[in-house]
Amino acid sequence: MSTGDLLHVVTSDSLSSGRKTFGRALIWGSAGLLALVAVLQTLQATGAADFGFANWRPTLYAYCTWAVALCWAQVLIRGEQGKRVLFVLPAALFVISLTVFPLLFGLLIAFSNWNLSNPDGRQFNGMANVIQMWSDPFYWNALLNMVWYTLAIVVEYAIAFGLALLLNTQIRARKFFRVAFLLPLMLSPVAVSWMIGKSMLEARFGPLARLARWFGWENPSFFGSPEIAKLTIMLMDAWTFIPFMMIMLLAGLQAIPKELTEASRVDGATGWHSFWEITFPLMLPVSITAILIRIIFKLKLADIVINVTAGGPGGATDTVTSFIFREYRDRSNVGYGTMLAMFYLVLIVIAMTVLMKLADRWTRPRT
Amino acid sequence: MTEPAIFRDSEADLAFRAKWFANRLVVYGVLILWAFICLFPIYWTITTSFKMAPNVMQGNLIPWVDFQPKWLGWRSLGLSPDTIGAESTVRDEFTKRFLNSVITALTSSTLAVGLGSLAAYGLSRFSYRFAWMKNDDISFFFLSQLILPPVVLALPFLVLYKELALLDTRIGLILLYTLSVLPIVIWIMKDQFAAIPTELEEAAMVDGLGVWGAFLTIILPIALPGMVAAFILSLVLTWNEYFFAALITSTHSNTLPVMVASQTGSQGISWWSMAALSAAAILPLIVIGIFLERFIIKGMAAGAVK
Repeated sequence: MSTGDLLHVVTSDSLSSGRKTFGRALIWGSAGLLALVAVLQTLQATGAADFGFANWRPTLYAYCTWAVALCWAQVLIRGEQGKRVLFVLPAALFVISLTVFPLLFGLLIAFSNWNLSNPDGRQFNGMANVIQMWSDPFYWNALLNMVWYTLAIVVEYAIAFGLALLLNTQIRARKFFRVAFLLPLMLSPVAVSWMIGKSMLEARFGPLARLARWFGWENPSFFGSPEIAKLTIMLMDAWTFIPFMMIMLLAGLQAIPKELTEASRVDGATGWHSFWEITFPLMLPVSITAILIRIIFKLKLADIVINVTAGGPGGATDTVTSFIFREYRDRSNVGYGTMLAMFYLVLIVIAMTVLMKLADRWTRPRT
Repeated sequence: MTEPAIFRDSEADLAFRAKWFANRLVVYGVLILWAFICLFPIYWTITTSFKMAPNVMQGNLIPWVDFQPKWLGWRSLGLSPDTIGAESTVRDEFTKRFLNSVITALTSSTLAVGLGSLAAYGLSRFSYRFAWMKNDDISFFFLSQLILPPVVLALPFLVLYKELALLDTRIGLILLYTLSVLPIVIWIMKDQFAAIPTELEEAAMVDGLGVWGAFLTIILPIALPGMVAAFILSLVLTWNEYFFAALITSTHSNTLPVMVASQTGSQGISWWSMAALSAAAILPLIVIGIFLERFIIKGMAAGAVK
């Protein structure tokens, strides 16, 4: 869409020069106000002068004023064009001020030793956090766990695809099954971790423990050994998120034109064959979208781990997020935690870029 | 097939029908098994909230058959019929958390749908140039926020909020939640607006409406179902959010998930009260899930099919 507007509007804006000047004055005036307040607050923070500010709120208010003035001035200065900018500008400003600024600030924190309960405040400590991270076996263990958790998506995908195929056939009570299958996704992970992790998997009276005993597992303990604990977390996460992939895949299946499957049937393809030759290739783009989004969500996995195992036993179930969460909770060291998070972000961005490039290559029709 | 048939079917037809029945049996078997897997934890939680200690120990499952339902769990929350009228500090606590959850979820979803729809509409209709960024870059910028794990923002926000005196306030949470669902809303809404033909606005503009007039009076009503879908999806996500709430709230503005989680830590014997609390936390979503299921599915399917 870089060629031009989809919606052509011919306007004859006759903006008076007074209006334009007013708009510019609005932007620069509010920017000046913002700068003034910020400078005053910085002076107070460094101890050069005291203006009686209790916190940094005045700067925040000045920033909001500037943002509103910027939006308003777009219309004043640029007329019709400005009204179009007004569609995107608020969201863009919102996102920029809430991500780009904290990220830059985070970079600053990442290279410092900052214990929030320490009255000395922030101390720049150069590469000390990086060195500490490099030799922190628990962090690397958490990263490795993330790889395992992400690999579990393959199984989740297979199950979700199977369920989507079933829901797409001629069945009765389809609405009931759809609602029932969707419900796990709606539940809050915290409630799920109590419902399943703490009560149903309880080693003595939990119904699942009883079931396991009935199957002949003498002493069911779902969080005892590292492997089983990891598997249990994977299963619980799968339980919540399989509906998500299932619905995306179901939408994809319903978009496949009936003629194609019918034609393949006429040509003699049956069941398994028709699935691999027709359905699966057609579903490839949807599948890849679903898996990519699922990976993104999986990389944020934390709630269940924090609440059920708190990373135990011995860090076997730790995700990066839950590890950093505990790192902050236990030692309230903001600097080290931020460094870990930043490193994680870099890894994610690299991994996702590679994955998206690969996905792009796979889905591009071969000619 | 062993049962007597009224009409004599040929050998081939009988084989076909047997196969068909077997097929049906497997399909429904799998469907019912999975429905059971999905529903049993919910059933377990709700029934446990009516159990007494021995019922839990014995693993009784079916109310009135296995055990006699009691209001024990709900009484400990102050929500049972006999305590609902009386003063209850636990209930006040619960109501406060519940209201916090409702307010943050509703406000942030509304904000996200508002900001996101505007941005999505703009991106689907006009071509922009912010510095070096064109439309595709701006879209990518918005969507790339989805990749950003919350943990990266959490600690910087913690420090910033502390300086801004926004720690433990609803506004602080609302801002973060809006940010976290905005990419999803934009993704859904872009799809919605792209499906609406531009001729509609052109006609409206010929009739004398401006860009915003056409958007507000013509396009918004058409895109409303999509907006509802996006709204409900963000409602679910923000209602369930735990990580940020656990980090940046402590006493005044913590939400229901934080309350549930703080009880799990000190758990031990009072299964029924935990079950009641969990049930109360998930009930609104179950209601939403049952009645507004098609919107959720519509929202999630939006991006899947291009």
